[in-house]
Amino acid sequence: MAEKMTYVEASREALREAMRADETVWCLGEDLGRGSVFGQYLGLQEEFGPERVVDTPISEAAIMGAALGAAMVGTRPVVEMRFSDFALCATDELVNQIAKARFMFGGQSRAAMVIRKPTGMWRSSAAQHSQSLESWYTHIPGLVVVCPATPQDNYSLMKAAIAADDPVVYFEHKNIWGMEGEVDRSHTVEIGKAAIRRTGADVTIVSWSDTANLADEAGARLAEEGIGAEVIDLRSLWPWDKATVRASVAKTGRLIVAHESVRVGGFGGEIAATVAEAVPGARIRRLGAPRSLIAYAPNLEDQMRVTREMIAQAAREMVK
Amino acid sequence: MSEPGDDGDNRARSIALLRMMERIRAFEEQAILAAERDKLVLGAIHPSIGQEACAAGIMQALRRDDILLSTHRGHGHTLAKGADPLAMFRELLGRAGGCCGGKGGSMHIADFNVGMLGANGVVGANITIGAGAAHGLKLMGSDRIAVDIFGDGAVNRGPFLEGLNWAAVYALPVLFVCEDNQWSATTRTRTVTAGEGAGARAAAMGLPVTTVDGNNVEEVAQAADQMVARIRSGNGPEFLHAITYRQTGHTSFDQAAYRPEGEAERHKREDDPILRQRSYLREMGLSSAELETLHAEAQAEMAALLKEAAATPFPPDSAAFTDVQDIGSPAKEAF
Ligand SMILES: Cc1ncc(C[n+]2csc(CCOP(=O)(O)OP(=O)(O)O)c2C)c(N)n1
Ligand SMILES: [Mg+2]
Repeated sequence: MAEKMTYVEASREALREAMRADETVWCLGEDLGRGSVFGQYLGLQEEFGPERVVDTPISEAAIMGAALGAAMVGTRPVVEMRFSDFALCATDELVNQIAKARFMFGGQSRAAMVIRKPTGMWRSSAAQHSQSLESWYTHIPGLVVVCPATPQDNYSLMKAAIAADDPVVYFEHKNIWGMEGEVDRSHTVEIGKAAIRRTGADVTIVSWSDTANLADEAGARLAEEGIGAEVIDLRSLWPWDKATVRASVAKTGRLIVAHESVRVGGFGGEIAATVAEAVPGARIRRLGAPRSLIAYAPNLEDQMRVTREMIAQAAREMVK
Repeated sequence: MSEPGDDGDNRARSIALLRMMERIRAFEEQAILAAERDKLVLGAIHPSIGQEACAAGIMQALRRDDILLSTHRGHGHTLAKGADPLAMFRELLGRAGGCCGGKGGSMHIADFNVGMLGANGVVGANITIGAGAAHGLKLMGSDRIAVDIFGDGAVNRGPFLEGLNWAAVYALPVLFVCEDNQWSATTRTRTVTAGEGAGARAAAMGLPVTTVDGNNVEEVAQAADQMVARIRSGNGPEFLHAITYRQTGHTSFDQAAYRPEGEAERHKREDDPILRQRSYLREMGLSSAELETLHAEAQAEMAALLKEAAATPFPPDSAAFTDVQDIGSPAKEAF
């Protein structure tokens, strides 16, 4: 049975259900008692108390490091980093400690936790509050990387992330907290399985996070023009659903990868290279932000955006 | 634990402290031989020779299910927490059956069966992890505690402030120990540390601070007993500043030529924790023969275990892909 929910409500409901079902699930981060910056935790401290919804000092390294210690003694922390940009203050804790705790100690330990990192451009937030850094984390063995784009996926993937025994880096896009959609609480999503948002025979468009929504809209416009775009929302970048992408490009012979993060070194390059090896003769294009910084002034900020129209135009040029 | 005034028990405990220090010293002397003479140890090792009183004195105050987080200089702590020295030697040699299956080596030694949740290759990183372990224990209503040991160099890293503040704010059951050997690799720590250093910084965050002669194992043990009892009863975190001295170089390969001439020699002669405990026990009536037996037993135990470890095979190649992650495991697909 589906209910209407926003993107922010969806992951909050998933977290609430997980906390009701499992006493060892708890969350820690700054200002959680007041819901955190975007209301992701509204009402949770009232329900579960300040011991399980912990207001922390502004100590990102300690938030991340403490979560690892707490995970190693058997709890399941949900870590809030406030903005993905601030998580860089806890890079050692995530990359050197959490990601390696299981392997380095020969499997004696797990680091079961979710690390939430609100990501992406949002209303003139400028260079330190707007970045999309998800590709960095795909480079780190030990981490799972998830980027939901819809309320249903934010519900189902949050549940899957909390249930996982791995550290899951969970990127929620700040621009779509208010996005509404139908959410079926019984619907599960396996991390690593893409969603085919729209089928088509002419061109495959692969994306994730909010850019997947733009790709879907571009696909609708292309359909009106008689171009069949198959739009794939990867939903997770590690693992990523190579089989679905490969099968689609084998059919269409054309691939566009579109993402909000900087094109240079972006995960689009990994997808493009993988498809180039797997589907000989496929035509491939990458869309990503220029390798410059995100500015405050809206016209400057817009220079960094991959838009619906850019995606549609790339498809038109390819099928010409 | 001994009752005050119970001489038999006190004596037994003092002997046990010496025995543990002898075993740690023997373990590390064998490890150094294995590194330099036999070329069997594959990476760097950081000996704690001269610092054994901290390991022996603190760990005897703990239960097996209490938690320990340690540093790159952690062999002594790990052994004293109850880890199996054969598995530790195997780990140093990168062999199958090592505590970490040969994946970690000296700097990542861990034995979760005895609550030893890891040495660490990153200075100071264990401080927040230990605070978090204590946080988890408190959340679960456990009466276990965590001990979080680091060097004097670590007090200049950010996690020191973040971790101590965290533990104080949430009144966590954790004993922080600054094992102050006066050196940060090749730099004398006080030349790069402002103010009064470790203890003053901890006190500024409201932690009760106890400073001990870290080469007097009886003093360390007594302080640890009292601190652990208070922490276990829910009084919040405390800070132990143990002053000791690193008798070797930073690693087993480091000749430590940067040290003033005679400094290490003086410490070895006048301030060695094992020599001091031997003379204490002699005063308590132990004979030279009994002391020699303790020493010889420890040496024989560790020499035999090193031999056994050296006869163990390396782990299977496939282990390079296991225990990374379940979802997106490289055992299934690494590219
Ligand atoms: C973050 C970090 N910086 C530098 C190093 C290199 N390093 C390893 S041990 C060490 C000295 C640490 O001194 P201290 O904390 O006093 O511990 P000790 O070696 O004396 O036991 C240094 C600089 C490191 N491992 N991690
Ligand atoms: Mg030192």
